[in-house]
Amino acid sequence: MELVVENLSVARGGLTVLEGVSFSLAAGQALILRGPNGVGKTTLLRTLAGLQPAVTGSVSAPPESLTYAAHADGLKAVLTVEENLQFWAAIHGVGGVAQAMAQMNLTELRARRAANLSAGQKRRLGLARLLVTGRSVWVLDEPTVSLDVASVALFAGVVRAHLAAGGMALIATHIDLGLTEAGVLELAPYKAKTPVATGGFDEAFT
Amino acid sequence: MIALLIRDLRLAFRAGGGFGLGLAFFLLVAVLVPLGVGPEGATLAKIAPGILWVGALLACLLSLDRIFALDFEDGSLDLLATSPIPLEGVVAIKALAHWLVTGLPLTLAAPVLGVLLNLPGPGYLWLVVSLAAGTPALSVIGAFGAALTVGIKRGGLLLSLLVLPLYVPTLIFGAEVVKRGAAGADVSVPLLLLAGITAGALALLPFAAAAAIRVNLR
Repeated sequence: MELVVENLSVARGGLTVLEGVSFSLAAGQALILRGPNGVGKTTLLRTLAGLQPAVTGSVSAPPESLTYAAHADGLKAVLTVEENLQFWAAIHGVGGVAQAMAQMNLTELRARRAANLSAGQKRRLGLARLLVTGRSVWVLDEPTVSLDVASVALFAGVVRAHLAAGGMALIATHIDLGLTEAGVLELAPYKAKTPVATGGFDEAFT
Repeated sequence: MIALLIRDLRLAFRAGGGFGLGLAFFLLVAVLVPLGVGPEGATLAKIAPGILWVGALLACLLSLDRIFALDFEDGSLDLLATSPIPLEGVVAIKALAHWLVTGLPLTLAAPVLGVLLNLPGPGYLWLVVSLAAGTPALSVIGAFGAALTVGIKRGGLLLSLLVLPLYVPTLIFGAEVVKRGAAGADVSVPLLLLAGITAGALALLPFAAAAAIRVNLR
């Protein structure tokens, strides 16, 4: 099982932001994406997750293997922690809600509504969702925003366990997660030299 | 897919979910129109089919922008788009949830409100039948409109303008069924056309709506 990205160019708002991005990731490996604000980390990750089409290049991954986590956690404020996780587990047809809560230290918050969680607790819940997707490639956009030091370490441990189980992770982050074994891809050199307009009136049909 | 339906229904019934909004609006229309038009029974009986259908349609319109906007804002729509459920299925389930929360209660409440508007006796059956056949189309067409406007903040006005012309055939045939039913005439032609519009909308629009969401998520 492998994720291979070849000569990928991605665009945001009709402008190419990154071009010629190539890397590959094997089972058990993680890759940290780094780069200044606006370089196109989120755009690249959304393209990989299949939420937007690539301008050129290709992404080959096993089918139905990617899961995406971004700034918005996709939580429903009126549902409890457990109900939120149960919903995503049911959508993906896997179980393990109790275990996911235990791994992200949410068990004692299980009956609390998501509206009453702190920002960091919400983030932990959003990341616990990854564990109930059963997907092997985690595509994470700034996963540690609003997490405290202990939670960052907790999350790094979860990622490490996921890698040890044969998973993969692509993480865009500015802070050091302590994942020393992960490769680092600096995105600044791939910044598009000639930001030309792409797309047209037929973008809905491509 | 069942999980998505259950979640949407649960969200609708919990605090701030918007269940009952359409029903309350429908009730207000049916209560206020006789006060405005006057107590003359013959006049009310004449306009009752049209008023009831217009009321039901506008009540449906009220909650359309919530179908996808809430999931878009909290990021759920991104996650659903990358989930194993096809986006077409997500649209169909969300339209079904919208119908269960708005269209079905309207259909069930309509006969009671028909009394306030002095709807002639034979019309009640056809009022319920026409709403049961027509309101699913309102929800699916509405879901399509909501998909087109999903990324737009305060897209409610645009959504109404997009959706209202598409609602017109359903309104015309739906009200015609009730009108003919109340007069004791044959209702089969408008009823079949109404059901045909619903069947066509159910078959085609989930695909169109899913395509619109994919474009809007970019």
